[in-house]
Amino acid sequence: MRSWVVVLVACGQMASLGCDKEEAKPTEGAMAAASAAASSSAKAESKPPEESNTGPIKVGILHSLSGTMAISETSLKDVALMTIEEINAKGGVLGRKLEPVVVDPASNWPLFAEKARELLQKDKVSVVFGCWTSVSRKSVLPVFEELNGLLFYPVQYEGEESSYDVFYTGAAPNQQAIPAVEYLMSEKGGGAKRFVLLGTDYVYPRTTNKILRYFLHSKGVVDADIQEEYTPFGHSDYQTIVANVKKFASGKRTAVISTINGDSNVPFYKELGNQGLKAQDVPVVAFSVGEEELRGIDTKPLVGHLAAWNYFMSIDTPENKEFIAEWRSYVKAHNLTDGDKRVTNDPMEATYIGIHMWAQAVLQAGTTDVNAVRQAAGYQVFRSPSGFDISLDAKNHHLHKPVFIGEVQANGQFKVVWKTEGPIRAQAWSPFIPESAKKVADWTYPWVCGNCTEPKYASPVSVASAAKH
Amino acid sequence: MTGSRSQVASSGRLACLAAALLLVLPSLAHAATGPFELALSGLSEPSPEAVTRAAEVIAKTEDARALGLLEALLDGDVVASEAGRVYLRDKAGALHDAATGAPSGGEACHEPPVDNGVRRVLGALIVQLQLRDPDSRVRLAAVESLAKTGNADDASALRAAATRERDHSVQRAITVALAELDLASDDPGRRIVAINAIEAAGSTSLRSKLQAMVSQSDDGSHAEADPGVRAAAERALRTLDRKQFLIDRAADILYGLSTGSILLLTALGLAITFGQMGVINMAHGEMLMLGAYATYVTQLFFRAHASQHTSLYIFVAIPVALLTTMAVGAILERTVIRFLYGRPLETLLATWGLSLLLIQTVRSIFGAQNVAVENPSWLSGGTELFEGVVLPYNRIAVVGFTVIVVSFVAYVLRGTSLGLQARAVMQNRPMAACMGIPTSRIDTWTFALGSGVGGLGGVALSQLGNVGPELGQSYIVDSFLVVVFGGVGKLVGTVFAAFSLGIMNKLLEPIAGAVLGKIVVLLTVVLVIQKRPQGLFASRVRGMEAG
Repeated sequence: MRSWVVVLVACGQMASLGCDKEEAKPTEGAMAAASAAASSSAKAESKPPEESNTGPIKVGILHSLSGTMAISETSLKDVALMTIEEINAKGGVLGRKLEPVVVDPASNWPLFAEKARELLQKDKVSVVFGCWTSVSRKSVLPVFEELNGLLFYPVQYEGEESSYDVFYTGAAPNQQAIPAVEYLMSEKGGGAKRFVLLGTDYVYPRTTNKILRYFLHSKGVVDADIQEEYTPFGHSDYQTIVANVKKFASGKRTAVISTINGDSNVPFYKELGNQGLKAQDVPVVAFSVGEEELRGIDTKPLVGHLAAWNYFMSIDTPENKEFIAEWRSYVKAHNLTDGDKRVTNDPMEATYIGIHMWAQAVLQAGTTDVNAVRQAAGYQVFRSPSGFDISLDAKNHHLHKPVFIGEVQANGQFKVVWKTEGPIRAQAWSPFIPESAKKVADWTYPWVCGNCTEPKYASPVSVASAAKH
Repeated sequence: MTGSRSQVASSGRLACLAAALLLVLPSLAHAATGPFELALSGLSEPSPEAVTRAAEVIAKTEDARALGLLEALLDGDVVASEAGRVYLRDKAGALHDAATGAPSGGEACHEPPVDNGVRRVLGALIVQLQLRDPDSRVRLAAVESLAKTGNADDASALRAAATRERDHSVQRAITVALAELDLASDDPGRRIVAINAIEAAGSTSLRSKLQAMVSQSDDGSHAEADPGVRAAAERALRTLDRKQFLIDRAADILYGLSTGSILLLTALGLAITFGQMGVINMAHGEMLMLGAYATYVTQLFFRAHASQHTSLYIFVAIPVALLTTMAVGAILERTVIRFLYGRPLETLLATWGLSLLLIQTVRSIFGAQNVAVENPSWLSGGTELFEGVVLPYNRIAVVGFTVIVVSFVAYVLRGTSLGLQARAVMQNRPMAACMGIPTSRIDTWTFALGSGVGGLGGVALSQLGNVGPELGQSYIVDSFLVVVFGGVGKLVGTVFAAFSLGIMNKLLEPIAGAVLGKIVVLLTVVLVIQKRPQGLFASRVRGMEAG
């Protein structure tokens, strides 16, 4: 009953946002009306105003602190505040302190857009760190594009997107999903010949599985050896699905690729264990199960199953030890709930890297002006807790990231069983999907476009070569 | 990928290194006697490859202790010290020397690095050792697991086992396992014999192999060249398909019963508060959640104060959950709901508010994170009913628990004076009051009973899924559905509706998938309610709204 109400509200919001776009810039009034929260201060401005160069720099943090996503997103808010505290302790940026502005979009996708507008127009923040689910990112995207804002998005996602106003510090599919499948197909990973693609029914699993299916085809796996299944949100009855996986696995070596969303994972792994499917026979590799998700559950049925990420808390580098120590002391100093049980995970590392990269870009640009910072952000390099020099790609706005595959241990941590030699470049548009393979994400001259098949500006070189033919 | 290639190369190097180490190490080991003791020290190596080598050498010794050691290694119950001593951990957590059985001296130990690669090798080694086990049941299980994996490398082990096997049932199992391997033989006669053996044994797991034999490629050529063999395979396939179909439907119905029993447990309390009393109780899901948290707290208490009986916590959790949720239900009824009788819209809003209040309270006390409720060890695992169909113990337990709870509720409503009075109040409140029944006290008791039964449902849910503040939210819609579908006010209707929805869902899921299956079920319910607005079992009671 309640979900109907939410759907109705969401539809209404979508409609009003859609109107804004079509009617374009002139009708500022309609835009302001669409965002009740910001209407009082909404002025006809198309970019954040010039700030005084002396006061603190305002930084927006847009993570759900209530509702279903609060479990995951609260840690990102905490680690963002920790990073800001760390930067301030070293004197801030450009001699100015950072001042976090924390808002709570309450796991409500249309509210994400409203809060983003509030941050950009009312609080006039220089940058926003936030969002978790793909649907929340899609919700705020038009706002950032309209108001020329800057968003750092820290979570692994399905790709097929590149926005001028967003820097993606989480993994694209080729930095998580594809290496994981390659590992499963390798000798060490068990040489899987058959694949079950199992996911919760929404945009991220559907898109990821679409890419994986094309990828498996390119590796010679036929459709008969791929089983794709989806379950509703919050599904808890995996009897039939696990029985099917078992039947499917009786012919050839099989692996399960799980994009099952948070809460459904426990019933799924419990059913696997109880029906006698062991990790060494049918390994499950998950893309949404990390240290934070393992914290609230009985890990016994999961031991030996796999997860692919760009960071694990168990990675043994001096940088990571320092990161964890900093996190521990922050949790202690601020007396956060669950105290010493708190862990670090991949999106937290991505948030940490993102904030540092932005601060470096501000230093380089010498101003917090969004256009200048965006230009400076490309090619920033930062030594990440995972122990690699991570760089931010100026062309597609994604990070170059290393990939790790870990086995779940009984203590809720991961043991790394495979990793790439170094960071790999993100592919915003998957080369395995025919219609995406043609698209290019390149925000440098002459392309200056996130999803084009040809450059926006004809470069002298290409004009010359065209004349030759 | 260059990364993976160099990984392989480096692991190859590591394996060589490990092999070299393995040759050197035994000579360093102290006071080693037999080959088993010599091989043991390899387990203290830091790399998975070295542990694999050591396990292979240990299996080759065919020592009587090898099987137990490797099984313990697979279960993570082996630790090794720097000096190369290896200890087994028994159930109580004490360490014993793997070679001598003497207790550990308390030196610093680490767990050997066992990953999936090592586990796969260990699984194969264990099966081969089990084939030599004196117990025929162990041998049978080993043959069956070999047949399931169907690896050609195991053929020699099986043939060797066949020659020395004396037990009849084990021999038969070996025949089938070998028949599977013979399907790939060059001699058509042998292939036909193998197919006949498979058909006679009815092993449905081999269907995919037979299917591959009769399949035709695009250019019209058959995978199996010999027409005689093909005919035999097709005949065998038909037999097996019939058997598989029956097994699948039987499994669907069993799974449906299990799903239905969960629906019933979650809806039963609502059948009392909503069905009997007419309170649109949006806070019912939170009673499930409180029951689950009561289970969690009981488990914590047992861990802290009676750790040796931890696996029995569930029996204490049942009354704890029942009493806690009954108390909460009684308080809610006394303070809020009694003032709203006969005003369904206000009840709906008030109980929704209560549900949010309860969720936030629990979140403040226990945190927004899910909490871990462990299955007691005797509820983990499952039993294989027939080929490929495993019924997990926790699901069987939930079905049994449902039967007990339904009987309990039926008894309270039918066989006690509270039930009699409750039914009297619900059917005709003024008349019941005239007869001297304290209607408002009965209301409290009935609401408390409904809440308590919800709490019992929560105990069951805690064994199957997550326990978090929002646990009840995912069940409230289904609960209302079951009660309305079955017919408001009829307990037997609720039971019938729960099981028919459960079984329908499970019969549809293999055909339509989980998402579409659920939609079809909902549509069916809508259609049935259109035809029969009172639900499946119409209540013949007058004056329900009175009072």
